[in-house]
Amino acid sequence: MAVLLLGEVNDGALALDATAKTVSAAKALGDVTVLCAGASAAAAGEAAAKIDGVSKVLVAEDAALGHRLAESTAALIVSLAGDYDHIVAPATTDAKNVMPRVAALLDVMVISDASGVIDADTFERPIYAGNAVQTVKSSDAKKVITFRTSTFEAAGEQAAAPIETVGGAAVSGLSEWVEDKVAASDRPELTSAGIVVSGGRGVGSEEDFKIIEALADKLGAAVGASRAAVDSGYAPNDWQVGQTGKVVAPELYIAVGISGAIQHLAGMKDSKIIVAINKDEEAPIFQVADYGLVADLFTAVPELTEKLG
Amino acid sequence: MKVLVPVKRVIDYNVKVRVKADGSGVDLANVKMSMNPFDEIAVEEAIRLKEAGVASEVIAVSIGVKQAQETLRTALAMGADRAILVIAADDVHQDIEPLAVAKILAKIVEEEQPGLVLAGKQAIDNDMNATGQMLSALLGWSQATFASDLKIEGDSAVVTREVDGGLQTIKVKMPTIVTVDLRLNEPRYASLPNIMKAKKKPLDEKTAADYGVDVTPRLQVVKTTEPEARQAGEMVPDVDTLVAKLKEKGVV
Ligand SMILES: Cc1cc2nc3c(=O)[nH]c(=O)nc-3n(C[C@H](O)[C@H](O)[C@H](O)COP(=O)(O)OP(=O)(O)OC[C@H]3O[C@@H](n4cnc5c(N)ncnc54)[C@H](O)[C@@H]3O)c2cc1C
Ligand SMILES: Nc1ncnc2c1ncn2[C@@H]1O[C@H](COP(=O)(O)O)[C@@H](O)[C@H]1O
Repeated sequence: MAVLLLGEVNDGALALDATAKTVSAAKALGDVTVLCAGASAAAAGEAAAKIDGVSKVLVAEDAALGHRLAESTAALIVSLAGDYDHIVAPATTDAKNVMPRVAALLDVMVISDASGVIDADTFERPIYAGNAVQTVKSSDAKKVITFRTSTFEAAGEQAAAPIETVGGAAVSGLSEWVEDKVAASDRPELTSAGIVVSGGRGVGSEEDFKIIEALADKLGAAVGASRAAVDSGYAPNDWQVGQTGKVVAPELYIAVGISGAIQHLAGMKDSKIIVAINKDEEAPIFQVADYGLVADLFTAVPELTEKLG
Repeated sequence: MKVLVPVKRVIDYNVKVRVKADGSGVDLANVKMSMNPFDEIAVEEAIRLKEAGVASEVIAVSIGVKQAQETLRTALAMGADRAILVIAADDVHQDIEPLAVAKILAKIVEEEQPGLVLAGKQAIDNDMNATGQMLSALLGWSQATFASDLKIEGDSAVVTREVDGGLQTIKVKMPTIVTVDLRLNEPRYASLPNIMKAKKKPLDEKTAADYGVDVTPRLQVVKTTEPEARQAGEMVPDVDTLVAKLKEKGVV
């Protein structure tokens, strides 16, 4: 059995962590070929070739594939699909944009956010904000799957696998890229960080979110946020952790001024150690926390920052 | 320009979900059901387009059990002009998969010829995040998912999307499919007079068979289980104790 894996390529560079975790998930299904597509993708292809378990890399470079526009990327994948039984990707926003489109073009269902592989046809996935786990068996000829990366360990390194170039991205003309607004940051990426410090509505303002960021920087951590903090403009959208944001499972997750709504827990409850700081002792977040501190965040967090490290 | 808004009836987001003891699924009998929250945002956006004179008519569509009528009445009370209910199941526990939903929607699009389909990014029950993208594929249209801003400019839509790295703005050719994210708008509540008026608005009833779409699931649910529960740990009295505990665990 053969697997085509859509590598996560941003601006020509491979997102190694997300791709390597997906390789781990996909290895059980067969020989893994990684597709790196983009306006430039050669460097990404070289990085992908060194992920342990990858047997081949396909590099597709074409301006129409820049910025991962769904229509061209999906058309490219469909043109290659004939050789593969499984077509998989990490469950990133880019892949969630593309993979259901691929599935529909192949007249198969997509299996979104799979968190476990039972066998070649059978997968586990969380539903209802992670309140239930469903095991589904696909009757489709090809399986199109996105994998929840937080549940898989990243594959290691190997001697580089062979790389081939492929062409023929359909220039759809249906959509064009206008601009990206990406905040440059020296912090680790949220979904691969070992420690995440998240702030909620309790933080109260964008200004005061600096308290959260200072603790994160002391710990070399990524910064997360609840939906309420993002909606209120305290934090950017890409910091949102939860059912409809990012899913993280770091060694340490520190939730500050977050009540612990089920939609938030959906994105962090698989963290190894959870710390909650909240002034309300009844806050539901304490029910999942390994260590809970009932305190005003404006005194507790600066004190914690000072005493750590 | 007509705007089509698919709305799904789902368990209310405030309800605590219970997995049935026999592992056959989640208990949906006698629980509060509501419109999928993302779909409320889509309906709101469609109504705003109509109020701005960009859209001429807003049509809400729901596919599922007969009770989805209530969801459509909510959309009508918010301001949609008419509704189409496609009955495709008689048991509330039978979820219609995104591929089948997209196929039915594609037929409705052929009939109604909307210039824009505004869907939710994700249904909060199956958490699939797929239907809009699938519909777009079936129609060969452009797509703009996870929208936090939408502007119609002539025969294009300029859409800002919430993506992992931040925000991306793209320009898509109309007709198009936009799936909406949380920050696009704040949906209005339906006023009492509008709820009354909604009862008189047209609601067409169809079946999946009317559209010739087979809704047999491609994914067979083998079982549904509860995730491993996390145990509550301990409360610490102060920051010093917390620091000591974290050091003991070797995580800081
Ligand atoms: C469709 C949908 C999708 C959603 N998706 C997500 C998602 O992906 N992620 C997500 O997070 N939410 C999501 N939500 C929202 C979720 O339901 C909650 O509303 C949200 O998580 C609440 O955020 P919060 O805990 O920051 O705010 P609140 O619930 O308002 O809690 C604030 C907390 O701060 C505490 N606090 C206040 N002041 C202080 C202080 N000085 N010191 C210490 N503690 C203090 C309070 O005691 C309180 O517990 C979603 C909701 C819907 C409907
Ligand atoms: N049964 C349905 N009836 C109407 N709209 C639906 C249905 N299922 C999905 N949708 C639409 O598709 C969006 C995404 O759903 P999903 O792909 O299931 O996560 C929803 O927010 C709705 O707009």
